[in-house]
Amino acid sequence: MADEKKKATKERNGNGFWRRAGRTMLIPLLAVVVGLLLGGVMVAISDPVVLRGLSPNPWLVVPSGEVDPSSQIDLQTALKFHKNELQIGDYLAFKRGNSYIYREVVKEITDRETQIDFERAKNRAPNLEAGNVAIVLTFSDRPFFVFEAAGRAVWQAYRALFIGSIGDPQRIAEGWRAAVQDGNWLAFREAMRPITESLVTSIPYIFAGLAVALGFQAGLFNIGAEGQIAIGAALSTYLGYSLTGLPAVLHLPIALIGGMVGGAFWGIIPGYLKAKTGAHEVINTIMMNYVAFRLMSWLLRGPMQRPGAGKPVSPFVLESAYLPTFFGPPLRLHAGLIVAILAVIFVWWLLYKTTIGFELRTVGANPNAAKYSGMSVARNIVIAMGISGALAGLAGANEVLGLNHFLAEGFSPGYGFDSIALALLGKSHPLGVVLAALLFGTLRSGATSMQSLAQVPIDIITTIQALVIVFIAAPEIIRWLFRLKATGEEEKTVITRGWGS
Amino acid sequence: MSVAAASQKLILSTSEKRRRTIFGVIFLLVGILIIWFFAFESKPGQLTTFGMNPGFASNAPTIPDLIFPTQPVLYALGLIALFMGGWQLARGYKSIGAMFGIVFGLFVLAFLAWAARDKSFNMVGMLQATLVRATPIALGAFSGVIAERAAVINIAIEGMMLAAALVSVVVASATGSLWLGMVAGIITGGVLGLLHGVMAIQFKVDQIISGTAINILATGITGFVVKRFFIDPNINDKFNHSQIFPPIQIPVLSAIPVIGPILFSVNVLPYLMFIVLIALHITLFYTRWGLRTIAVGEHPKAADTLGVNVFKIRYINITLSGMIAGLGGAYFTIGRVGQFDEAMTAGRGFIGLAAMIFGKWTPIGSLGASLLFGFADSFQQKIQILIPGFPSEFLLMAPYIITMIVLAGVVGRAIAPAADGIPYEKD
Repeated sequence: MADEKKKATKERNGNGFWRRAGRTMLIPLLAVVVGLLLGGVMVAISDPVVLRGLSPNPWLVVPSGEVDPSSQIDLQTALKFHKNELQIGDYLAFKRGNSYIYREVVKEITDRETQIDFERAKNRAPNLEAGNVAIVLTFSDRPFFVFEAAGRAVWQAYRALFIGSIGDPQRIAEGWRAAVQDGNWLAFREAMRPITESLVTSIPYIFAGLAVALGFQAGLFNIGAEGQIAIGAALSTYLGYSLTGLPAVLHLPIALIGGMVGGAFWGIIPGYLKAKTGAHEVINTIMMNYVAFRLMSWLLRGPMQRPGAGKPVSPFVLESAYLPTFFGPPLRLHAGLIVAILAVIFVWWLLYKTTIGFELRTVGANPNAAKYSGMSVARNIVIAMGISGALAGLAGANEVLGLNHFLAEGFSPGYGFDSIALALLGKSHPLGVVLAALLFGTLRSGATSMQSLAQVPIDIITTIQALVIVFIAAPEIIRWLFRLKATGEEEKTVITRGWGS
Repeated sequence: MSVAAASQKLILSTSEKRRRTIFGVIFLLVGILIIWFFAFESKPGQLTTFGMNPGFASNAPTIPDLIFPTQPVLYALGLIALFMGGWQLARGYKSIGAMFGIVFGLFVLAFLAWAARDKSFNMVGMLQATLVRATPIALGAFSGVIAERAAVINIAIEGMMLAAALVSVVVASATGSLWLGMVAGIITGGVLGLLHGVMAIQFKVDQIISGTAINILATGITGFVVKRFFIDPNINDKFNHSQIFPPIQIPVLSAIPVIGPILFSVNVLPYLMFIVLIALHITLFYTRWGLRTIAVGEHPKAADTLGVNVFKIRYINITLSGMIAGLGGAYFTIGRVGQFDEAMTAGRGFIGLAAMIFGKWTPIGSLGASLLFGFADSFQQKIQILIPGFPSEFLLMAPYIITMIVLAGVVGRAIAPAADGIPYEKD
């Protein structure tokens, strides 16, 4: 009897945990899905074909008789248009009997049913005859055509995103077969490159996300991760190339610690200002970002410029300071991953298992209560900003020591800014940050191939992130969209209170 | 409020005393710096020329340039600063902020006199650039004032400006009308302001987060548009290439020497900025709407009890705030270069916020602070011409560092509207 009861409690608790985990993950997941959907809408409505289809008079018909200038052009103009302005991506329509056949003008034909070679289209254009060729039609004539184009644009974009971030399943399978049969791992490694690249991109996100999340936990909004990354990277690079003759066991940790110190320094300044004068950390960290960018620009053109290089780049870091890579050349996955995992464990331990962490969280949750129970709010703010900055600095050091091996302007594509959305998505919990970082790393790394394969600018990711922030911060929108009931279990994220001055 | 301020003054009196001493020492240091670095560095007999005529066509009659012997003037400037430092230590000035401004001005003047020794420096040109560059910052600050007086923190001014800059140049290029472009920019700002309002007032999202989201959204969408469309030279030419507002010479006033070229020969945006300033000052402090706004910002519950619709006031104000920011955004494209670049606002929205805090949430104070930032901006630009090889990065940092110093409350402590940033919950 007693055993049964125990079992039942255990079961209920177990279910409770999973249900709670599911519930916590539900809103973030839906937020990402809605973000991706809206991103898809953006891709669709910015697609050239769709835009042309949506404009009032996008495609003109060549009539055989009288010309209506508002919607038609005469044969002569049509010929001129086709000769001079026919572009890849245009649509040609040929009259066959009573209906039109559409062909997309492409460089290389992959589908003969819907496409036509650019050269052939050009050659055919001069042979237009009145009445037999239309230069496609308006939206109202063929709405489905526009929807189809929109669908194709979104499909192509997200397919490129998938292939660029996870990999082409077919290639992976083929590579695996080759590896098993002939013992040739190169093809497999090549095929696995996208997914390892996603991991590589996730590493700085983990650091920067932890940095912002730790700030959130302490009630601080650290927008300055980007600047802290830059300063951390600069100091780490400097130690990486200026210290010579050290063994790797010594040099690498020194360079990593240098990155932490640089970032921590850059974080402590606004932290100190907040603690001592109440100056809001949001504006100060943003200002510190700009100062950091200018400082880096000066360093790379002055004291830290690579001798003989015309560009603003630093000298190469010595090999003894490299973060070692796990696999052979095509794969760049490096030991930064291990450092990142250690950092996650450290932050989790710090936040939930130590007095410092307890104080930080108390100050974040209720500074007045913290003050009345004898905690120093000012000290905790400075500590939080210091650790936060150190984590961001590690992200910078990681990029330099593990990936680029030298410093250049714009080496971070905005890891610091992205990590704001990331930390919110991860609910400021170290584990959540890891999951969110994996997602963001995948998105960011896939977005590069999305840009090259589907001509969708990488900024779409930034936009999706902004939407995710909105939905996470206002879960009511998501609940309303999906008709979800409020659980009452979720605590509201309170992050900042006024200007505090 | 006044009682609270008085009691605060009593409590702060020791720290006030310390502040007084600190400022006295700063003034003295500035004086020593001027004499040590600038006066000793220059040689007797050197002359400094300050150009008093604009480098552009204007109605003002040409007047002789200001030429003076460098070293004696530098000694004089240094001695004034020393005297002010001594006075501050011994007696203390009533308004330290203004005195700090004066000493700062002395230092800048000394620096310019020193840098332009044996050379000529166009003073009028720099002062006009100051006004022009202060315009978007001031509009950003006004945008902040109108929102925060109703207790809605608008940190999204930067994003609103960026989006409005893009929209206004696109509309101006497509329609060929700069005014339509400006209106489109204002509407864009207003829409984003409304979005911020819906998030902050309706959904009670943390206002800093909602503002950051709008900033990121604006960065993302404008970057997307630039990379997806403007990369094509044809489209860029058609939609991202507009005229800019021409300078308007105000009759009579523009013919005054020095002042005319600086204040009355600019394009329409600085004039509009002044109109917004006057309108904001009058409506905020002398009309029913303004007083209600202040009540909502200080004590929304009391205002609500007296029948003021807190939500309505906040919605109106945040939308207006967005519209003013939109006007500021229009400045970047159709007011200056006629073309949109990614991230072209370069933090001016945030600097505007700092100017608002510096100006203690008043329109006129905000303008003063904006002029200071505008001055730093044009100063760093001119100094690059005057002293080639000067590491310009450090001068480019100046506005940001000044913002931080300002925020740290070095120049007078600012007190925000009491309810700033707190969503209002009706019971």
